[in-house]
Amino acid sequence: MKRIYTIVLVAFCLFSGLNTFAQTTPHISEAEVEQRARSVGKSLRCVVCQNQSIDDSNAPLAADMRLLVRERIRAGDRNEDVLIYMRDRYGDFVLLKPPFQPNTYILWFAPMGLLVLFLLWYIVQTRRPKQSVKIAQLSDDEQKRYDALITKIEPKS
Amino acid sequence: MIAEFGQIALIMAMLVAGAQAVLPMVGAYQKDTRLMAFGDRAAIAQFILIAIAFLALTYVFITSDFSVKLAALHSHTNKPLIYKISGVWGNHEGSMMLWVLMLSLFGGLVPMYGKTLPASLKARALSVQGMIGVGFLAFILFTSNPFLRLNPVPLDGQSLNPLLQDPGLAFHPPFLYLGYVGFSMAFSFSVAALIEGRVDAVWAQWLRPWVLLAWSFLTIGITMGSVWAYYELGWGGWWMWDPVENVSFLPWLVGTALLHSILVLGKRHTMANWTILLGIAAFSLSLVGTFVVRSGVLTSVHSFAVDPARGVVILFLLLLATGGALTLYALRAHELRGGPGYTTVSKEGGLVLNNLLLVTAAVTVFLGTFYPLLVETFSNEKISVGTPYFDATFAPVMIVLIAFMGVGPLLKWRVDTWTTVRKHAFKSGLLIAVVGLFVYIYGKSVLGALSMGIAAYLAYSTCIAYGRKIGFGKAGMMRRFRAQPGASHGFFLAHMGMAITMAGVVSMSVWAKEDVQLLKINDSMRVGAYEFTLKAMTPGREENYQYLEATIDIKKFTKKVTTLKSSQRFYPVREMVTTEAGIQVGVMRNLYVGIGDGDSRKGWVVRAYIHPMICWIWFGTLMMALAGFVSLFGRKVKAKETA
Repeated sequence: MKRIYTIVLVAFCLFSGLNTFAQTTPHISEAEVEQRARSVGKSLRCVVCQNQSIDDSNAPLAADMRLLVRERIRAGDRNEDVLIYMRDRYGDFVLLKPPFQPNTYILWFAPMGLLVLFLLWYIVQTRRPKQSVKIAQLSDDEQKRYDALITKIEPKS
Repeated sequence: MIAEFGQIALIMAMLVAGAQAVLPMVGAYQKDTRLMAFGDRAAIAQFILIAIAFLALTYVFITSDFSVKLAALHSHTNKPLIYKISGVWGNHEGSMMLWVLMLSLFGGLVPMYGKTLPASLKARALSVQGMIGVGFLAFILFTSNPFLRLNPVPLDGQSLNPLLQDPGLAFHPPFLYLGYVGFSMAFSFSVAALIEGRVDAVWAQWLRPWVLLAWSFLTIGITMGSVWAYYELGWGGWWMWDPVENVSFLPWLVGTALLHSILVLGKRHTMANWTILLGIAAFSLSLVGTFVVRSGVLTSVHSFAVDPARGVVILFLLLLATGGALTLYALRAHELRGGPGYTTVSKEGGLVLNNLLLVTAAVTVFLGTFYPLLVETFSNEKISVGTPYFDATFAPVMIVLIAFMGVGPLLKWRVDTWTTVRKHAFKSGLLIAVVGLFVYIYGKSVLGALSMGIAAYLAYSTCIAYGRKIGFGKAGMMRRFRAQPGASHGFFLAHMGMAITMAGVVSMSVWAKEDVQLLKINDSMRVGAYEFTLKAMTPGREENYQYLEATIDIKKFTKKVTTLKSSQRFYPVREMVTTEAGIQVGVMRNLYVGIGDGDSRKGWVVRAYIHPMICWIWFGTLMMALAGFVSLFGRKVKAKETA
């Protein structure tokens, strides 16, 4: 969910024109550099660590990578450019959100695909006429006895 | 001497387990009651023998007998008693001992509580339980014997990993293992039922308490792990989608599905195949969990005590158990009775959807965890799958699940109408809109507003369903409240717990604030509305570590809120540094500080966080665990009353 929020945030930055501003003028405020570096840093892996983002890690390399991200942002890179830059340097391994490419199709399609498949199967399964079960209608007499029993078990409901 | 007693007990336990694996199964085929009854005795004997071995190992640790290699490697004389005891399972060999202890405990409980079970079913289940036992006992004895001696005897031990010297972690593995291994009951009884070719409501009703028990313990175990990571790793994460966390979450997801399908099987005699499959899957995934943690095939912040060679043996056991069970399933599943089926809009239908969605969620987590390994194996390329992936895939599945979770419990068994759904959907839509609007005004986030609205919808729907069950506001409400089976109260607690957890998760992912800065004494930093000031750095020492403690004052709009202390600890025996976070716990927000490296000249790294509603996450999950116990013991009380 954090990622979705980041996307919303990034999109907001993009559409509000901050981005074009950033590209034309390299001198953006330090507060903004920091804020953007944080959102980018969350999706970059500290490549020597065991499964930590560069923001969460205390390793020296993570610190270097954090500085590098800030440098790129100051140099006028958009957030995506920073990610591309880091990927060129460290490979796909650095991206905590795996890129969408042939070797990750299964990874990205399976969850939603499975969900849709399951829901379809459910609808087909439940709509199919049942051959085995036939529920006989109760006769009036039986219905009376049934009602009497039910009111005995569950009064006033 | 004591260590040798333990060793002998362990060997005997393996032999007993071997007999337990074979004789009752033969007895069940030949309809020989004596051989079948042997299973009961063997199960109890196996438990007693393993308990003796485990106690012997604990004794070795408590008395710091460093002639035993394991104690020399993982204990130390100047460690507090509680960590000498928890040190027993704070390493590979000892944790495997704990694993088989739990396994034999569950096996030993079968004869005590299973007097009403069909003799052949019980014998076969115990035999399967014996097979698992023999596999893991052999694994311990041949590859990771905890009782190996050391010569010459070292003067002192190498101590326990300081990260593990913590009350939270001392009890995290036992609970987790009770959960993991508890699912062995579902596995054994599923396999036994497949061999018998018969699954019925009695089977389901007998097994359900065990699944509940395992599930509740697993929930507690995962919660403890999460809380521990939060305050011990020093950077305020409560869940990081780390492989080791994921593999404990997998059996939980599948176990949750099992819990619901076994309910349907017990009440409506349907979903037999599915329940069996989930029973096998839940335990297989627990084995996967054991394998991953023990082998280090996946890199993780949790990787201690790893050894690839041993991992291979566990992988072999895993393939044997899972492969065997699934083959049996493929051969026999069609013989199981199908049951009456279900309609699109009905309680059974809702529970089927619940199962499908939970399985989808589990598959997603499984893929995210193991995909990098697959890619690396087949193409030699390395990729990472981290939090952003799970946020994009797991979260939507959960949202759909929660949408169904609201309406499902309101439906009638067998058949209900779309009108029921429509009526509820209308009111819920209104509720989500109102809550969402309120949250949006306060929190300025569309995603947060929407998600909070959905959490509120779940809570509201749960209250409605529970209210109908107990006849809220009608005459005789108290009587009906008392007459409800434990499962009704369990349902309410668990689903409310889920809503509360969701509220916590949402606010943590949307509104959490953090900052990291270098601070000198009396420097301040601002995070949100709070001002953090580093007041002092005080050195000191304790029984087995030295520390440097930071005192940090926190103000909100010039009004002092609290003073927190965070320290860096240095453990000389292991030459390790750990961070102890300073936390002020609150209902609506936690304040969290962690101190890092530094010196008086350039300042110290200070991490400051504001965590909104983070405690709701754990409060909710503990409510879920409690729900399991209520569901369990509620039944007991009722049974006694009628008896």
